[in-house]
Amino acid sequence: MSNQNTTIAFVRDNMLDQQPAPRGQVGMSKWIRDNLFSNWLNTALTLVSIVLIYSLLRGALPWIFGGVWDANSLQECREILSGRHAACWGVINERWQQIFYGTFFPSSEYWRTHIAFVLLIIAVLPVLFDALPRKLLWLTAAYPFLMVWLIWGGSLWGPLSIAMGFVVAYFATIGAGRYMGSGLSTLVGVAIALLWWFLIGPAIVGVLNDTVPLFALREIQSRELGGFVISMIIGVSGIALSLPIGIVLALGRQSDLPLVKAMCIGFIEFFRGVPLITLLFTASLLLNYFLPPDVVFDLTLRVIVMVTLFSSAYMAEVIRGGLAALPKGQYEAADALGLDYWQAQRLIIMPQALKISIPGIVNTFIGLFKDTTLVFFIGIFDMLAAAQAIRANSAWNGITWELYIFIGLIFWVCCFSMSRYSQWLERKLRTDHH
Amino acid sequence: MTTMIDPPKADGFHISQLLYDTRYRSITIQVIAFIAFMFIALFLVMNVKSNLASLGKEIDFGFLKNPANYDIKQRLIEYDSTSSNFRAAMVGLLNTLFVAFLGCILATIIGVTAGVLRLSKNWLIAKIMTVYVETFRNIPVVIWIIATMAVLTETLPQPKSFRGENPDASMWLWDSIAVTGRGTYIPSPDWGAGSAFVVITFLLSLLGIWAFGRWAKRRFEATGQILPNFWIKIAIFFVPSLLVFFILGRPIGLNFPVLTGFNFKGGFELSNSFLALWLALSVYTGSFIAEIVRSGILAISKGQSEAAAALGIRPSRTMNLVILPQALRVIIPPLISQFLNLTKNSSLALAVGYQDLRATLGGTTMNNTGRELESMLLMMLIYLIVSLVISTGMNVYNKSMKLKER
Amino acid sequence: MKKTVFLSALAAAGLVASGAMAQDSGSSTLAAVKEHGALKCGVNPGTPGFAAPDANGVWKGFDVDLCRAVAAAIFGDPEKVEYTPLTSAVRFTALSSGEVDMLARNTTWTFSRDVDLKLEFTGVNYYDGQGFMVPKDLGVSSAKELSGATVCIETGTTTELNLADFFRVNGLDYEPVPVESFTEAQNQFLAGACDVYTTDASALAASRASFETPNDYVVLPEIISKEPLGPLVRHGDSEWGDVVRWTLNAMVSAEELGVTSANAADMAANGTENPEINRLLGGEGELGAMLGLPNDFGLNIITKVGNYGESFEANIGESTPVGLARGLNALWTEGGLIYSPPFR
Repeated sequence: MSNQNTTIAFVRDNMLDQQPAPRGQVGMSKWIRDNLFSNWLNTALTLVSIVLIYSLLRGALPWIFGGVWDANSLQECREILSGRHAACWGVINERWQQIFYGTFFPSSEYWRTHIAFVLLIIAVLPVLFDALPRKLLWLTAAYPFLMVWLIWGGSLWGPLSIAMGFVVAYFATIGAGRYMGSGLSTLVGVAIALLWWFLIGPAIVGVLNDTVPLFALREIQSRELGGFVISMIIGVSGIALSLPIGIVLALGRQSDLPLVKAMCIGFIEFFRGVPLITLLFTASLLLNYFLPPDVVFDLTLRVIVMVTLFSSAYMAEVIRGGLAALPKGQYEAADALGLDYWQAQRLIIMPQALKISIPGIVNTFIGLFKDTTLVFFIGIFDMLAAAQAIRANSAWNGITWELYIFIGLIFWVCCFSMSRYSQWLERKLRTDHH
Repeated sequence: MTTMIDPPKADGFHISQLLYDTRYRSITIQVIAFIAFMFIALFLVMNVKSNLASLGKEIDFGFLKNPANYDIKQRLIEYDSTSSNFRAAMVGLLNTLFVAFLGCILATIIGVTAGVLRLSKNWLIAKIMTVYVETFRNIPVVIWIIATMAVLTETLPQPKSFRGENPDASMWLWDSIAVTGRGTYIPSPDWGAGSAFVVITFLLSLLGIWAFGRWAKRRFEATGQILPNFWIKIAIFFVPSLLVFFILGRPIGLNFPVLTGFNFKGGFELSNSFLALWLALSVYTGSFIAEIVRSGILAISKGQSEAAAALGIRPSRTMNLVILPQALRVIIPPLISQFLNLTKNSSLALAVGYQDLRATLGGTTMNNTGRELESMLLMMLIYLIVSLVISTGMNVYNKSMKLKER
Repeated sequence: MKKTVFLSALAAAGLVASGAMAQDSGSSTLAAVKEHGALKCGVNPGTPGFAAPDANGVWKGFDVDLCRAVAAAIFGDPEKVEYTPLTSAVRFTALSSGEVDMLARNTTWTFSRDVDLKLEFTGVNYYDGQGFMVPKDLGVSSAKELSGATVCIETGTTTELNLADFFRVNGLDYEPVPVESFTEAQNQFLAGACDVYTTDASALAASRASFETPNDYVVLPEIISKEPLGPLVRHGDSEWGDVVRWTLNAMVSAEELGVTSANAADMAANGTENPEINRLLGGEGELGAMLGLPNDFGLNIITKVGNYGESFEANIGESTPVGLARGLNALWTEGGLIYSPPFR
């Protein structure tokens, strides 16, 4: 047997060294062949795209990077460029404040908007990422009042009293809950809150403001707001205020009560059916017709009201989607536990439905934030209006691209990062078992 | 939401039952809601009444019959400055529908192309499409409209550049299309005597194509033979119409744009405000549609394309025959809402001065007559009807597309 | 049972709601302005010389001066004004709805605005007319040669209507390019998107002056309309209308009488020979009290804002970039139309 080993010549007893794969099958070249030149159609597409990208970049890159940053007027900029075709970024350098804060915002108070913005991010984070400590949610709850105080100024007593209203309403609801059903006790709470906000609160605040104004900041009128700040304010307050209305509308739309359902559907379909710009014109032209003669809101507030109503219709649809996505067992479990309608909503349904609605809410916010550009058409000094004002100025008469690219870039950065977040969350929710 | 049924009580009705009896509680809640609703509605209506009274105005739609006194450049129906405000509003409404309709078509073409190409195996193409989608949908559409308008106005040659011995600019396609900084002028058909025959022949051949398609399909199912369907259809499309056209001595001519005076005259003018609005809306909405299409395709399980491959269907046809028909069911509902958005966004025409419904009824008419309440209400009502019609129509279509489960 | 309860409750609800409506309340604008502590004035969002915010966000201009004068008359302080920039489309509604107390926004006084829109024009601070501007190389010397031209117009203004009338009457055709704002119209015109830019002649001059090469553009000689521009208030509050009217008149009278911001204080302190000056400056009579204003309201207007001529020269006069001649807007004594009823 032993010589068999030697007689069978074709049996190898040592391993061959591993050969490198053929050059066309690995690394760069394979990747390029598979992904760019797999057949003649792909090859043609690739070549056309390369030519397109090249010609685009050849035009755009020198224009962008060869731009002039130090110039105080278009003439000066053109002199520096001396015939070269490049951007005049000097306009951004000189006027970025106008774009960010608006034309009329006092420059000594810019710091307030910075704090408001940083706090906004901190306040939003715990909502967006549930890994963060839940205690931070208290800041989220307090943020709207802080923002009002920081942006519009005045004494802190006003916002505090509004916040107090919620606390009063909470305790009133709890207290009344001992004697009646949760639906009715909520009504009692709302009534007490309204009483506080319209009668008791203003009186107390008036006295307090006269005696010990708390952290009084310089007051800023709504019409002094502008630029990025106003877009942010309208967007954030629109979304924040529309959330509760949206919840009510979504519940109403799913309700068994035909009248309530019809009213909610009517509201939602109306606001989703007309363009936002007509609603904004309504805010600027008609809203005063619908209010008593002595009640005059300023334009910014009217716009916020309209934007809130508008986005609450969209929010209702988002939350309805969240409610529909909940397994029926959750409703049945709530019924089985003997919870009444409001308890079931508050303790079981809403927390889950809202959580799965967050991507949709973020998308609504992105849409709303982009739509804030429309306020330009009714005379609010947002970024587009700032651009127009700069273009109307004799120093920068004739400049176009630099401004719109800059404004577009600001929107892009905000919206892109938010949409990335909502995509991430969607993926996470899909894998998260709830 | 109440699931408990109380046993009927023997004795009669008590007030407290309104609150505690689940049978009556829903009525109580609805009545309260209705009272609140009526209160709000009446509050608003009474305010409007008293505010109008203190201004000495009243609600009156009579202004719609008065002459409008202004001119509209883009119009699909006859209109001049002596026409009524109502007619001006109709011109505006048609302009809105025109741009919305063309926008929906172009946006769908762009969106489907981009969505499919984003899934392409070609890395470069897929990345380019990703960049397109992410750039366009994250920047407000107003900015795109304004920017498109600026590109058209500032980079294209003005009519005066076409003038003179050695003009700076020249027309395209053998002097038939003029692309200028004011608008694009394309040849328009000139209907001569006998052109009706050509049109009728053309319509008949369209009918013929349809009939042939049905016949060929039945034949295929019966015999299994495949005819060169495409080429035969092309032949039916062109041959009869062209024959009649030449037999009758070319009754349909083309009206070419010619530079006369300050502007190009003749032909059909697509003004820049229209083009800017149309292109910007289409490209912007297209980026959303691309995402819808992409996620629709991804929603079809991989097994479907593997099954198609197992059946021996070529990869190029798998998309058309297997994936897209199924993906369509996922795609159509969000597509409807994009079409609605596009229609509503067409009101941003005011950024470029395209005279749509908002610019006529809700713009110049409102302004000249001072009837802001009437104009705005009417305008919102019209937009609402348009939106509801679109969504109803598309929902019907969606239902017909639905998977018919047997 | 269920149905009857439901229906009767609905009916009751309707009754309760309709019975519970509040009545409206009328109030005087002057009192409201005083209570608010500032005048809410609607202005043009940006026409150089007439109304535009400067780089620091401070409003300046000929129309703005009128707001300042009214504030000076009421509060003695021209800075107590809240400016609301209004596009031509929303200006009247803003006034009607009480969002602003007065409009000083180069608005043409027309019959239908005065009567049908229920507004009250309280005078004319600038006599204007609609003109045309064209690039020189268009080779046009009269508006009658503009057949077939593309015309840029601001929508929602009388110019749009005048334009339609002018071309129809003269049997010319044209293509309107409606534009939302003055700035946009100017940009479109410069880019060549229209052959002609039409608006009030004063604004044409202002806009031509701001061009890089003003000499490449000409304003055609035709003036196709009368455009008396003036401040306006709501119908139905004549006291408030009087305040605005006599503020403008005070500025005009001051120029007629030779009272300027430099010498007014001196004249008021020492008195003058001319009783009308004394009445204007509050030294004689109770004119201010009749209006519900401080008696020295005239003095405040003139020292803090200036007389009509001073305001004109400072904002739109020949020494400014806008460079308008007085023309029709000279005093009646100098061949113009500017005239004030006497202070008596």
